[in-house]
Order: sequence, then structure tokens, then C-alpha cells
Amino acid sequence: MNEERWLLPAGIEEVLPPQAQIVETLRRDLLDLYAGWGYELVIPPFIDYLESLLTGTGQDLDLQTFKLTDQLTGRLLGVRADMTPQVARIDAHHLRRDVPTRLCYLGTVLHTMPDGFASTRSPLQIGAEIYGHSGIESDAEILRLVMLTLRTAGIAESYLDLGHVGIYRGLAQQAGLDAAQEHALFDALQRKAIPEIESLIGRFGLSGPIADMLAALAELNGGDALSQADSVLSAAATPVREALDYLQQLAEELHRWLPDVSIHYDLAELRGYRYKTGVVFAAFVPGWGLEIARGGRYDDIGQVFGRARPAVGFSTDLKGLLQHGKGLDRLIRNTEAILAPWSSDPALREAVDRLRASGRTVINALPGFEDDPRQLGCQQVLACQDGRWEPQDIGTIDNQ
Amino acid sequence: MNLNASLTIALSKGRIFEQTLPLLAHAGVEPLEDPETSRKLILETTNPRVKFVIIRASDVPTYVQYGAADLGVAGKDVLLEHGGEGLYEPLDLEIARCRLMVAGLPDSRPPSSRRLRIATKYVHCAERYFAAKGQQVEIIKLYGSMELAPLVGLADQIVDLVESGNTLKANGLVPLEHIADISSRLVVNKASWKMKHEAVTGLLELLREAVGGE
Repeated sequence: MNEERWLLPAGIEEVLPPQAQIVETLRRDLLDLYAGWGYELVIPPFIDYLESLLTGTGQDLDLQTFKLTDQLTGRLLGVRADMTPQVARIDAHHLRRDVPTRLCYLGTVLHTMPDGFASTRSPLQIGAEIYGHSGIESDAEILRLVMLTLRTAGIAESYLDLGHVGIYRGLAQQAGLDAAQEHALFDALQRKAIPEIESLIGRFGLSGPIADMLAALAELNGGDALSQADSVLSAAATPVREALDYLQQLAEELHRWLPDVSIHYDLAELRGYRYKTGVVFAAFVPGWGLEIARGGRYDDIGQVFGRARPAVGFSTDLKGLLQHGKGLDRLIRNTEAILAPWSSDPALREAVDRLRASGRTVINALPGFEDDPRQLGCQQVLACQDGRWEPQDIGTIDNQ
Repeated sequence: MNLNASLTIALSKGRIFEQTLPLLAHAGVEPLEDPETSRKLILETTNPRVKFVIIRASDVPTYVQYGAADLGVAGKDVLLEHGGEGLYEPLDLEIARCRLMVAGLPDSRPPSSRRLRIATKYVHCAERYFAAKGQQVEIIKLYGSMELAPLVGLADQIVDLVESGNTLKANGLVPLEHIADISSRLVVNKASWKMKHEAVTGLLELLREAVGGE
């Protein structure tokens, strides 16, 4: 046993130099980006009462949440598996503003089961939300932030996938499906399991246009899905038509802001169907089977905290972004460090302070380790010439 | 989006490979080597943009889920056991058909003093099936030769794939309950479906045609 004390739990990782530096710099860059758009940072707690964590998202997160008992109250606590419900509580219960509120957040979340990026159980979740506005303008702002977030993380080539929960919800209502039927069909739709979808529709006793529309939904995806939907879903009820129109308008709005981003649709893929109320989206990168960022509209999330406000937001995993970003080495702090000999000379102290203030890294030599400055990552050494301490390249000193 | 995208298809050796080949041939994709004689795990095909990877049947969902292969062919039994999360399974290829069944000795009676013991490779499927029946059972995970378990008293019954029933018969067992009809499905990686949409859906259409035409 003792030999394995270094071992980490499955899905739990430590970030070493220089990656930790990159994570930290990227974290600052992203929070600065959001601050520039008026998003205020909030820091929700790492643990919380379970019942506040499981609001809205419902049992979607129940299995994913680590639980413990609060010795002070006997109530169940959960380690957050998603920060979105906590941020919703901050908006609904604490801030209680009447104007649109923009919030951003960053922190480690824990999952009981590995999923997503590199099968981690401890993603570093970062995200942004707009509360108090309902419409394509706030949806478009969040989607622009998603693309800017990816670009800041060095991901130039990505793929944006849009959907709308109102389409399936409207069709299910039109077909008169009960909750169990709606869930069974939803499950098959998420897997595009067309043989199963067809057999379920048959088992529910559906026929005619509504059966055809539900059967066609799984394949309404790609760049031209909206124009296909116009004819395929022409017999759909008003809520479905409205959802399609909404997506069309959002796409036009996005095209104005993001002319280079190719926008695609998947009208059957509905992440977080149970608590989302409008548009849903995900971003993908080449060569990775899972979404890299996701989000959508969930207008009812604040209700349990006393105040339902329209809400739209996105989140991603900072450590996941790192695996797909290119050129992130530029975020490593210039490590051309200077070694300062151990000396009580006040002139040396001044020189060190001056160099550090100018952004250089100066490392104090410790007794016994002066021999090889390169091993400490130093390319220069402070040397005294005519009473002045100046950095000198190690090579020139060797030659003297 | 990407008409010239390259595609990797995950296949397992044996029955699935043999029965998938005619379908893929209809789509203009044929392997340049026979996996039964070649030791290569990556096979080039007549289409320079398509290659096969030859892996174990139960590994196909994993390869496709994580994008190591864009598409794959997996038995519904494997998908049921895997859970099928993170995958699309848009097409029933109607090959490698069989049934997932409960089997046992013909005169076997459920034990009265303890829980029924089930030996199987399909732990999740068996758990779900008996739970849905309202029956608490004890599952024993085995990797093969399930038929032996009831004969030597390791288990009361087994949950296994039954094709002709000959292996059961040869060991004096009979099929008892039908759990699911099994056939092979085309599985597709989610991101490949989106980012190589034309290539993937084009191949899907050709395969659908081949399945329907038989």
C-alpha cells in the first residue's frame, strides 16, 4: 500500500508546470474577456445543500453529485457537479435586479462518474450567463462569447450546433404523448436510433403526419436542416413553427456577428431537455467525439429560488479547452530567469528589486546549489562589475 | 461540410465482418486485405479515404464514442451492455441476427432458499431484465462458455445469445425466456456525424439502400 501513496483517484488530475501556468493565464484572459463585456464574477461555494444543487436540472445531476451529511444540521450536502444552479440562485435570491444581469463564474466541479473531456471527474468549469432578457439578442451574445472563448483558448476551427427544445416538445404535445412515452422517444432520439424510433411510434399507435414528423426529426440536421424542416414539419402546430422561426432569426443575427462561423442544426439533439426552455447549442472541434462547450436557454431556473427570470448561458471545461487549443505555449511566462548570488550587498538587493519590478524573474541562489544555474532554469546570472550588478549571459561568464 | 473527409470504420472479425462486407461493397468500399490472414489491425480499402480498424466486438462502441473511429458496426447486445451513450445508432444492418435469452436446464426449478443465480457476459442487460420482472437475482460475470455454469452448479440459469440453439442443445440446456432480438447496428461518432456530415450521411444512405435491397 505504502508504495502507492502517490496514486490519484480515477479521473482526478493535478496540473503541473508549465500547464498550470497556461491554465492560470488562460483563466485570467477569459475572465478579462467577460469583464470587458460587463459580466460580473461570482464565486459560489464548493459544497451546498443538495436540494439547492438539484434544482432545475433535476435528477440529471443527482447521480453525478457526491453527497455528504452536514454534521451541523443533519441535512444532505452535495459537492457541486454544475455551478449553473448556484449562479441562478445568486441572481434570483441575492441580486434581485430588475435589469439584465450578466454573471460569469469559474471553479472546480466534481462528478461521481467520469465523462466528457479526457474522462475527468474534476472539470474546471467556466461559464457566463445573462439573466432578465428573453430573445435572440441575448442568445446571440452568449454564442458570440462561446466563439470568443474558444478562440482565446487557441481553438480556431470549431463547429456550432443549434437546436430548440420547443420543436420536440411541441411535436410530443401534438401527438398527445404521456411523460413516459415522451421520455422513451427522447432517449431514442438522442441516439438517432431510427429503428427504435419507428417501432416506438408504432407502439404508441401514432399514424399520419404527426408520426412522419416525429420519425423525420432524427435526421433533421446539418447545414440545411431549417429549410428541410420547412417542408418536413409543415403540418406541425404553432409552437413548433414558432421555434423554427426563432432559430431562423437567431441564425440570421449570428451571421451578422460571426460571418466566418458555419452554423449547423440538429433538431433532435436536446442536451438538458428537461430544464431547457428554448435554444440549445454545443460546440465541437475536429477529432473529438464530445462537445467542447454547451449551453442554452432555461427560463425557469430561478423559480425555486423565488424568482423566475429568463436566462441563457454556456459553460465549458478550462482543462478540456487546453487539450485542443493550439499555440498556448505563448501563455507561459517568459522564463528566462536570472540567478542572483547570495549576498547581503544592498546594491544587489536594489538590482534584484529593479529587475523584478520590470517583469523579470530573479531567483535567489541557495547555498549548495550555485554550480549550475541552467538546472534552475536560469539563462543569466547577476554579476558585479565596477560596483554595479548587471545580468550577464551564462556563456560569457564561462569564457572569462 | 467536408466531402473529402476521411472515414475510419471499426469492425470486429468473424461473422459481423463477413456479413458487413457485402453491404460496404455496395457503398464502393472493399478491404484490400483479408483480416483473417493479415495480422494488420488497420486495413486499407479500395476507397483511399476509407480505412477499417479491426478490433474486438465489445470495443467497437468505445472506439466510436471517443472518435478513434468515425463509424462502426456493433451488435445490439454490445450496445445494450455499453449503454449506447454518446453514440448514434441510425441503422439496423439486419445482419448477425440472434436472440438474447435466458436459458437453463429443462427441469430446473427456482431455488426456494436463496436468490436465483445467473451466469452471463451481459451483466447490465441481465440486471435490467430481472429487475423489470421484479426479481432480485445474483449475477455471476463470466467471459465465455456460459453453458457450463448450470451443469456444474455455478449458476441456476444463464443469459446469453442464442443463434441456432445448437450449443444449448448439445449441453442439455433449453431456452427459457426471450429478452431481446439482436442484430448489428451501424454506430456513428457524434462529432463525425456533424463535422463530416456529407461523408457520413452519404455512406449511411448507401448502406440503407444495401440493407433494403436484400
